[in-house]
Amino acid sequence: MHIPDGYLSPSTCAVMAAGATPFWLIALRRLRALLNARLVPMLSLFSAFSFVIMMFNLPLPGGTTGHAVGMGIGAIVLGPWASILAISVALLIQALFFGDGGITCYGANCFNMAIVGSLGAYWIYRMLAARSDLTAPRRIAAAALAGYLAINISALCAAIEFGIQPALFHDETGAPLYAPYPLSIAVPAMLIGHLAFAGLAEAVISGGVVAYLQRANPALLRTSAPNAAIGTFAETEPRSGSVWAALRPLWIGLALMMILTPLGLLAAGSAWGEWGVEDFKNPDVREQMTVASHGIAPPAEPPRGLEKLASLWTAPFPDYAPTFLKSAQLGYILSAMMGVGLIIVLCLLIGWIFRLFARGENDPLGSPS
Amino acid sequence: MSCACLRGSGRKRAPFIERTVAGLLEVIEQSATADTLARADGLLQKLDPRVKILGTLLLIVAATASRFLWIVAAIFFIAVALAIFSKVPLRLLASRVWLGVLLFTGVIALPSVVLTPGKTAATLPLVHLAVTQQGLRSAAFLISRAETAATLALLLVLCTPWPHVLRALRVLRVPVVFVTILGMAHRYVFLLLRLAGDLLEARRARDIGPMNGAMRRRVATASAGVLLEKSLALSGDVFSAMQSRGFTGEVFLLDDFSLRAADWWALAAFALIGGSALWMGH
Repeated sequence: MHIPDGYLSPSTCAVMAAGATPFWLIALRRLRALLNARLVPMLSLFSAFSFVIMMFNLPLPGGTTGHAVGMGIGAIVLGPWASILAISVALLIQALFFGDGGITCYGANCFNMAIVGSLGAYWIYRMLAARSDLTAPRRIAAAALAGYLAINISALCAAIEFGIQPALFHDETGAPLYAPYPLSIAVPAMLIGHLAFAGLAEAVISGGVVAYLQRANPALLRTSAPNAAIGTFAETEPRSGSVWAALRPLWIGLALMMILTPLGLLAAGSAWGEWGVEDFKNPDVREQMTVASHGIAPPAEPPRGLEKLASLWTAPFPDYAPTFLKSAQLGYILSAMMGVGLIIVLCLLIGWIFRLFARGENDPLGSPS
Repeated sequence: MSCACLRGSGRKRAPFIERTVAGLLEVIEQSATADTLARADGLLQKLDPRVKILGTLLLIVAATASRFLWIVAAIFFIAVALAIFSKVPLRLLASRVWLGVLLFTGVIALPSVVLTPGKTAATLPLVHLAVTQQGLRSAAFLISRAETAATLALLLVLCTPWPHVLRALRVLRVPVVFVTILGMAHRYVFLLLRLAGDLLEARRARDIGPMNGAMRRRVATASAGVLLEKSLALSGDVFSAMQSRGFTGEVFLLDDFSLRAADWWALAAFALIGGSALWMGH
């Protein structure tokens, strides 16, 4: 997420810094009016806190660990404007002192993480938490989701900045001068990592700190919920053995989806690009391919590479139609059940492997103190 | 030092608390190294911080803006020469910048050698993927720029005491309030780093059994929550202390730097090199 120097052109960096400047000025003006003399110590301490929190190694679901930016918790506890300034200062210390994030890209990094992240997290949190009590479990979920979505929006901004570089800045031979990947690669590449890992870290820290503050100091949640009642805190200890029960709505939804899979049979034609070798020899399918490709006829012969690779693996249930079943609908449902079953087994296996590794880590007597 | 003990436990994978504490300690160690180097009797250390900031920034912009690889390479070698004359160990630059940037940017740049369309330079055996000249050039640009800029940035910080960097930021017209916040934040970063380390170690000392994932997350987020409460409480104490000394919200910084002949020569050299690189690289 921290863009280093050299990834963005100087003109992009200048535009991003110019885009960030009004937000910094507005934030400074608003906070000066609100805090007056308290501004300097409060922002200094919160910037220092933001810096330290970025260094926390957070245990994530699935056994891995990750680092968060703290944009969610900053926006919730201090409000978006103070969070913008505090995270900007933390990013400057990181860039200048620890080389994390480029100096020329400082404006872009602040725009993505401090500005878009803080404003996004704040509005998502307020929208999701609505008028619930300060100690309502809903606020924990809202904070976690706000952190998760905010960091993904920030990542999307960074991906767009990367993705426009090759089109705008290349030499006479066509070689990209900065980030080399177009939007079609940059956006999925950035988002996959953030949806899967970085987003989880942000969700854990945002939801976790809100849960802690609800127990310890709910008044600190007042900035982003000025009219909410304190409420009564309900201890939400997870009941042992209730993991499967807690996921009941998910299982019901999954079962419903499996039952509805035969709906795919209603769709006419074949999915674009999912053609097999045989389809290139079938005149009817060839016509469908031409129509689906806006009048461009497919090649007369199947592509050689496709022909070669198609014989490498034969699916046990080709086209979701097991050979031993005559009903297409039942074939779809059985395929869905098999697919879901395999994924669950795979997840359990991965979880078991992670637990096996984690067991070694958690032996408190095994290390000197 | 307790943190050093944790590091030296010899275990293959440290638990999350120990990894976090080790990371916090590393920051403090890096800061101590920077303090020591900033006091060394080297070329950059002798220069006025304003000259160093402007010069370094000019060279970073020149390296970033150049459309020619040889110019980026030339600036990189100038940075290495500056490091040698400033008594900054190249091993330190290699471990803190060159290797990390090469690994991080290298992984990002590597697919571009086959994904960038262009003239085929070679074909990879087994996978039969074409490596393009444009892809190689693009990867070389990305890695060399990132290495050069990161080297220059680290040199600036290693050869300049942090308070001087802050005061010199004023020449870039950074608002005085922002500079003051930056200075105070930097000071309190180290206090909070130690506080976070103590918190986590105290928590770890009370562990009597293995923790599952949910418990570990609760420990980490509760520690972050405690740190947040302490930070905000401390900001109140600091404000009271500042107020008792007459602080009313107006910030003044002493700007007692003065340029000597050597600083003017250095400024001219930076301007000549940076300006030439910008002009030729455009």
